[in-house]
Order: sequence, then structure tokens, then C-alpha cells
Amino acid sequence: MWRVTWRNLLARKLRLILSATAIVLGVAFVSGSFIFTDAMGSAFNGIIEGGTADVEVAPKGATDFESQQDFRTIPASVAQELEQLPEAESVHPFNQVLTLYVIGQDGKVVGGNGPPGLGVTDVETRSVTGDPIVEYVDGEHPVGTDQVALDVDTAEKGGYELGDTVEFVSPSDPPKIEAELVGLVEFGNGSLAGATLSLFDSASMQELFFDGRNAYSGISLSAADGVSQTELRDAAAPLLEGDVIARTGDAVTETGEEGLEEILGFLNTFLLVFAAVAMVVGTYLIINTFSILVAQRSRELALLRAMGASRRQVNRSVLAEAFVVSLVGSTLGLAVGYLLALGLRALFGLFGLDLSDAEFPIALRTVIVSYVVGVVVTMIAAYLPARRAARIPPVAAMRDDVALPESSLRRRLLAGIVMIAGGIGLMVAGFAGEGRTGLLLIGVGMLSILIGVSLMSPVIGRPLVRGLGAVYHRIFGMVGALAAQNALRNPRRTAATASALMIGLTLVALMSILGRSASASTDKAIESTLTSQFIVSNLVGSPFSTSIAEQIREVDGIETVAQVRQAFAEVDGSGEPVVSADPQDLTAALQLPLAAGVFSQLEPGTIFVNQPTAESEGYQIGDTVKVKLQGATVPLEISGIFPVGAALPADYLVTHDTLTQGGLTPLDSLLFVVKEDSADTEDLRAGVDEITKDLPTVTLKDPAQFAEEQRGQIDFFLNMIYVLLGLAVVIAVLGIVNTLALSVIERTREIGLLRAVGLSRRQLRRMVRLESVIVAVLGAVLGVVMGVAFGVALQRAIADQGVDVLSIPWLQLAVFVVVAAFVGVLAAVLPARRAARLDVLRAISTE
Amino acid sequence: MDRTVAARVVELRKVYGSGDAEVAALDGVSVDFYAGEFTAVMGPSGSGKSTLMHCMAGLDAPSSGQVYLGDVELSALKDKELTRLRRDKIGFVFQSYNLVPTLTAQENVELPLSIAGRKPDKSWFDQVIETVGLGPRLHHRPNELSGGQQQRVAAARALMSQPDIVFADEPTGNLDSTSSAEVLGLLRKNVDDHAQTIVMVTHDPVAAAYTDRVIFLADGKAVRELREPTAELILEELRVLTAAAVAGTAAEG
Repeated sequence: MWRVTWRNLLARKLRLILSATAIVLGVAFVSGSFIFTDAMGSAFNGIIEGGTADVEVAPKGATDFESQQDFRTIPASVAQELEQLPEAESVHPFNQVLTLYVIGQDGKVVGGNGPPGLGVTDVETRSVTGDPIVEYVDGEHPVGTDQVALDVDTAEKGGYELGDTVEFVSPSDPPKIEAELVGLVEFGNGSLAGATLSLFDSASMQELFFDGRNAYSGISLSAADGVSQTELRDAAAPLLEGDVIARTGDAVTETGEEGLEEILGFLNTFLLVFAAVAMVVGTYLIINTFSILVAQRSRELALLRAMGASRRQVNRSVLAEAFVVSLVGSTLGLAVGYLLALGLRALFGLFGLDLSDAEFPIALRTVIVSYVVGVVVTMIAAYLPARRAARIPPVAAMRDDVALPESSLRRRLLAGIVMIAGGIGLMVAGFAGEGRTGLLLIGVGMLSILIGVSLMSPVIGRPLVRGLGAVYHRIFGMVGALAAQNALRNPRRTAATASALMIGLTLVALMSILGRSASASTDKAIESTLTSQFIVSNLVGSPFSTSIAEQIREVDGIETVAQVRQAFAEVDGSGEPVVSADPQDLTAALQLPLAAGVFSQLEPGTIFVNQPTAESEGYQIGDTVKVKLQGATVPLEISGIFPVGAALPADYLVTHDTLTQGGLTPLDSLLFVVKEDSADTEDLRAGVDEITKDLPTVTLKDPAQFAEEQRGQIDFFLNMIYVLLGLAVVIAVLGIVNTLALSVIERTREIGLLRAVGLSRRQLRRMVRLESVIVAVLGAVLGVVMGVAFGVALQRAIADQGVDVLSIPWLQLAVFVVVAAFVGVLAAVLPARRAARLDVLRAISTE
Repeated sequence: MDRTVAARVVELRKVYGSGDAEVAALDGVSVDFYAGEFTAVMGPSGSGKSTLMHCMAGLDAPSSGQVYLGDVELSALKDKELTRLRRDKIGFVFQSYNLVPTLTAQENVELPLSIAGRKPDKSWFDQVIETVGLGPRLHHRPNELSGGQQQRVAAARALMSQPDIVFADEPTGNLDSTSSAEVLGLLRKNVDDHAQTIVMVTHDPVAAAYTDRVIFLADGKAVRELREPTAELILEELRVLTAAAVAGTAAEG
């Protein structure tokens, strides 16, 4: 029996390679996700380790990996006392900022939007790894506020050489500074993952960014010979007071790595969702391939049965075949996954995450997960065809045409209805539920509905195929009619092939509807809430100096400048974005009719929440929430509830005071600029532009441009999702290629006959192509219809969270279908060529 | 006798393999096939009768020699022209029916015409269908028809376009005697009523007895022919040929 299995594998190389492709791509996505997040993890771990000394002294929460810029400091006297410790070999007090952006020679921010701009005191500290944190590779140490050292990568990206004058966007006043590049350094552990590093001497750091105070952000201690981290920490601790604490380097790296794990875990889950989609689509392809292979071999399998092979043996021989295919597929998948991880590196490079120096290790866990996923999915997918193979009666060997026992369409219809009903139930429960569980329920519900639809698609797709067939007949005559008939002759096969494409397109259509609705909702919100004439906003994640707001206030004709600051905080234990603003300024810039409370009640010690959050969390006026910023947690009383508005990009609103109390450096993210009634808009624009034009991280916009910027961000995110979904679509297209190729083989004799009675090669190719187009269009139409249904449902469900306008991009959806038709043409190229090349004489005499 | 030649092969050779493994399926065959006649090609297995038909129908290319259909020399034609020739000038009936399973009987009959984008002539269509006796089954698919019925559909398909010549390759090979008689009678009738030219390859003397002329092949050569054949005469010829073949093999060994 094993020999038969083995021979089969060899004899059907091509078909099996095609079905292995589905496994390869699915597994590649899984392994690629892991390899990429591992690489990212090791890069950041390197940064954390390479930047941490034996013992770190700092205000609680100020210098952690996920800390935001903190302005709390340690008096210089503490550093002097620490220097007396015999346990400390060296003591390096330092200052640091996270928002000192290097402007390149081209006038743009080096590294783009996203990665932090580190500004640190030039100190010679050793990290826990024993290496110096920074090492000079060229030039000298900077002295004075007009000299700076940069890391080599940043200098290169910015186009700077020693002696050049480097420009910076500073978080302080003035918002733009410049200094001569006198030194080039390398970060101890190599890569900074896209962050920029600028070094000034100690006094200059304090003068430039800490108002000249002789105080430090933190103090790094290196242990003397024979002194452990803990001993050094215990020696240092008694000298500290207030919220300043000493921690061992190990403890610091551990907290950092925990924070990192969380971010990476989120990213990994995000990527694995797409891997799962790819796997589901791949499953269709595998089921279909094995079904067709079994159908084509049914006579041979019956012969085996007739010669005494048991059902079990037949079943097992098919499964064994699947097993070998899955092993080969998983192995290749692992290799392709490595390439995919490099692709992800490029994709995430668009966000400024530079992992070009990072290693991409393949961990044992990645290997195991890849094989498990590949093998398990394949075996599950091959099980149904294998069971069907075992049901072939031995007598079939004697018959000319063997019909495989197939489940009745009525049963499939029924099963489909059950799946859809169950899926709808799950989705409803998911919408009612919260957080991850809710999302999971919605996802599983959608999957269930999609499987239900694909079960029913042999029936519901028939009218569409018939309709296309009628059109074909009219346009292409007999060739068109034959193509449509071919698509109809194996409704299950056609449906399964189309379903794979349907799943991919459902998600693409769904995302395009949600994206368009979100854009439309944002437009509406901006239009209806914004009363300010201008908005000054930052690049994503790069807040700017408050001095910009001060300068704008000086411009003639300006009435109000409302400063909005952003921070990440833990609210009742979960990480949330929080914004702060001055309530009076805010009411001048925005029309926000409050659901409860009045703006004057937003004062230090209180917090506003938005309506959907209040509803889902059950918050009411007077309740207290615990907000953790940097190190400390403070209770805040809810004094108002505001409606969702895109102009305020957070669920929580506090006063500036609350953020500064938490230790955060005051930095603005958004400025709403309101003019005096009499002032001329264009004059004002010129005046404000004068202030912002030299700062590449800060841009001036009117409400329309602001809306466009928001749309741009949504589109960017959407495009990234399209890229990730693209793989599922590729797998589906391979499915079409596979099915067509197998069908061509199956119909060899018939093709021979058609050629013999005068069908030209060109007509034959057209026939295959037209069949392919039918399958692709069927999948696309089903996908778009399902996408619209899900899109409308999801939009309704999140309407109260700000996406309250439903906008369906019909034109775009139509384009998807047309593109699918073209994809169908492409998918048919190889199978059609194969069919056209068949030798007429040999084809006609094949069994 | 004054007859028009519908097809002609001249010194036709077809060699498979090369070197020591070279086998000549046709070894210099020259035969004329006359218009309006029903001709059978017979011979022991391996005599080259199927190869001859395939070469004449443009399905296979000869190693040397010429094939003429009417005035057209086939070796001069490209694949595209051959395809058109098959579509317009040649009809086929195969041993295993070879109907398109997705098409109804009627659609199968019309297939060569509709591939060419032509409409069948209504009265001719009715006439063919009537001869073939398929009226009530026109809208059935092949898998709903018996073997004899399927072969009659195949015959109707071959006759529908009124081709210059119809090639039938063991058309009764898969049929019982009653169905065979129906199909052969049908072919005979077309020759008699409409002067259709038909060439049939068969190894069945009873089938060959329906024809006007039988050509015997042996070892890739045309060795004899019989006019106005009867089953007995044919059987006798075959016996002689087979005996010769066996003797030849024995002598070689």
C-alpha cells in the first residue's frame, strides 16, 4: 500500500506542487510573522540592554522603555553624593529627551514619522553587557550648545558629514536649533531601529532642554570590581528621596522587555490574523485539489478495493499522501516565511522602523509552529476527500465512468443555512460583548457565515454562472457556451474555487467600506465640530514645542490657540490614549455639545470621557477612575461626558495640569487656531506659516486639509491591510490555476475531440480562459456582496464610536470585480496553454 | 471505371522511434479513395490501418509521402489550416463516441458548425436527425443515452456539416450487434442517398461487409482490395493475411 502511495506522489508531482503551494504560502505567513516579530524583539532587546547601566537612578517611570518624555529631574547634589560610594566605579548623570528630531539636508525629518529622536548627554557609560553605550568612530566629543555628535546611520541618512551644520526640531524654546557635527558615534549594540541619537555635553543638554537647571533626568552607575548590581543598588537607595528610585540594570531591562513583549505580542497577533485568513483560503485549495485528485483516481482506488484493500487502507493512503505534501509544503513555507519577514521589514520600514541591521533568527518555536500548522491544516483539509475515496465501491473498478459518492446539494444547503445562522448569532453576541472576546466572536461569526455561503455557493452561484453563460453564448458563441457549461458541470468544484477568492475579497471589500465610512465620518465630524480656521498638527508620534503656540498667539488677529496634548496612560488598568486641553480654549475652537457636565467643570483632578466609553464601561458623572501616567497612579473624578468627535483623537480628556503632574514634559500635538472675526484669513495663514514652515514635523492646515490628512492616515493603514490581504488573494488565484489545470487534465479526451472536430488552439485557449473568468467573477461578486453585508453590519455596530456615516465605495467595488475578471484571465494562461498543446491524437485516445 | 478521387495517399510512410527501435507503421502505402463510396480499411493489428486514417485526417503527420484531400496536399498545411480543414471538410466517428458530456445530443450534432460560427441548414438537420432516429432524444445529455444512441449522435455530428469525407474509426467497436447494425445502416444510407464519402477502419468482417470496397493492409503496406465484399470473402482474405503474418514472424524468428 505504501508503495502505491509513494508512486502516486511521484506520478502527480505537478498537481501536488500546486496544492503544496497553498500550504507553502499559508505557513510562510505564519513563520514570517514570528520571524519578523522575533527580529524586532531582538533588535529592541539589544537597544534596551545596550542602553542600560548596572544601576539606573531615575524618577519612577521616567526612563522606562515605554516612557514618554519626562521633565522630572534629580538634583545635581544627588549625583555628587553617589560619586562618594565605594561600590560605584563610575557615576554618570545624564539628561535625555525623546523628541529632538534631526532635519536632513533635504529639509525632511530623518527617519520619517514614528521613531523617537533621542537627545542624550554625552557620557561614557558601560551598559550591562559590559560594552560602552556609545562609541566614537570619528571626530570628537561635542563641547557647548553649538556642537553635537550623531550616530553614524542618522548622519548618513541626513546627508551630514563632520563639520556640517545640523538642524534640529527641538521640544524646547526655540523650536529650531542648529549645531556643528563634530563627532560620529555608534550605539553599543549596533542598531537603533530607526531612532536617531544626538549627543550634547552635559551643560548644553541642561541649557537647551531643561531651562538651564543643574539637574538630571537620570544617573547611570557602573559597579566597581566584585560589586553586584544588587549591592550597588542597595548602597545607592538610601541616598535618594521623593519618587527617585534606584533599580538594577537587570530589573530595568526586564521591565523594558515586558513592555516590549506586549507591543510585539499585539503586532504578532495582528499579523497572525492575516496568516489565519491565508490558511483558511489555503484550506479550500487543499480540499479542492485532493477532491479532484481522488475523483480522477477513483477507478484506480476502486481497483485497489477490488483487490482487497480495506476502506481504511484507501483512506490512509490518501491521508499519507497529504502528510508528505504537508511536510514538503511546511518546509518550503518556512523558507518562504523568511523572505516574507524581509518583506515585512520593508513594509514596516515605511513607518520608520529600521531593522536593516537586525538579525532575523529562525527560532525553534517558529519551526515547530510552522510544521504543526502546515500538517494539521493539510490533514484536516484532506480528510473529507480521503473519506470519500474510501467510500468508492470496489465494483466501480469495472465500470467505465465512475461517479464519486457526493453529499447531496440539499444537505449542503441545509448545512450552509445552519452555519450562516450560527455565524449571525456569534456576530450579534460579539457586538454585545467587549474587547478581545467580542472581536473574536465577530471574527468567528464572519468565518462561519463565509463557510456557510461557500457551502451554499454551488446553488446560489448557479444563476450567476447561467447568466454569464448566456452572455458568453451571445458574444463568443459555442466556445462561450462550452466554457459556461464546464463551469457548471462540477458545481462544487467551481464553488470551492470561487469561495477561496470570495473570502479574500470579502475582507478587502469590508475594509474598503469601513475605511471609506471612517473617512466620511471624520470629514463630517471635522466639518460639524471645528470652528477654528487653522489646525497646526504634527507628524504621527512627534509632538512639538509649546513655544510654537506662544509664537502663534503673537500673530496679529489671532483670538485663541487651543493646545491639545496627547499621552498614553493606563486608565483603570488598560492602556488608552488620553488628550489634554485647556477647557476654555477648547470651547472656542470646537463645537462639542456635551452629553453630561459643562466644560468649566474640567479642572485639575477631573477627567472627561467620551460617550461610547462611558456606556461600555458604565461610567457616570462623579465616578472615579485610576489613571497611571509614567510612574504614579492618580484618581480622577469624571466630571463630563463628551460625544465622539474626530477632532479629539482620544477617549479621555484631562487638563494640561494632570499630564504635567504625572511628570510628562509639556509638548503639543495639535493646535486649533481661531482668528478674530475681523482678521483676514489669508494674512493669518501667512503669519502662522512663517512660524511653522521651517519645522518639518509641524504643518499648518485649514479644516479641509486637516480632514484630508486624516483621510490620508486611514488610507495608509488601509493600503497596508490590502497588502497583507493580498497574499490570501494570491492563494485564491493559485487555487483557480490549480482547478483549471486539473480540469484540463481530466478533460483531455474531450479536448482532443473538440480539436479533432475543428476547434482551433485559439478557441480552446479562449474556452479555458472564459471558464476561469466565470470562476473569478463568481468569487468576486460573492465576496463583494458579503463584504458589503459585513461592512454595513460592522459600521452600524460601531456607529456610536464615531464611524456614524456609512459610505460604500461602489465604484471601487466594481473595480474589484473587473480586476478579478482580469485575474481570471491571468490564472488561465498556463492551463490554457497546456490544453492547447495537447496532442490531438494522443488526447483523444486517453482513458 | 470513371470515378472521382476524394482522397489519395501516395507512397505514405510513417515511422515511429529511431535507429534500432525504428518501426514503420506505414511503409509506402498508395491508395485512392473514391468520392461517394463507402470504403473499409482492414488488416491485422499492427498493420497500420489506424495510422493511415490518422494521417489522412490530418491528426498525425506522415514521415514521408503525400496525402491529398481533393486537391489539397495536407503536408503543406499549418496547424491552423489543418484545424479549419477538419472543421469544414472532414467528419469523424470514433470508437468511444467522444461526445461532449456537457452538451445535449442536438448541441453535439451541431458542434462542428457552431465552432465555425455557422447555423445548420434546417431541412438538412431534420433529415439527418430523422435518418439517425434521434428525434425524441435530442435534448438528452450523452450520459442519458445508450451506447448505440451515443454513436448515432456521433454519426449525425459527422454528417451534419456535409463534409467531403467522413472517417470512422472502429465505430462499432464498443457496440452490440443490433446497435452496430443501426449505425452501419445509417452510414450506408448516407452513402446511397447523398453520395457521402466514408472511410471506415474496422477489424469486423460483418461491419466491413456494409461497404463498397475493402482495402487490406499488412505490415504497413496495402496488399489487396475487394469490391462488393461479403463477410465470408473478407474473412477468407483475413485468414490468408494473418497466416502470412504469422509465417513471416516465424521465418524471422
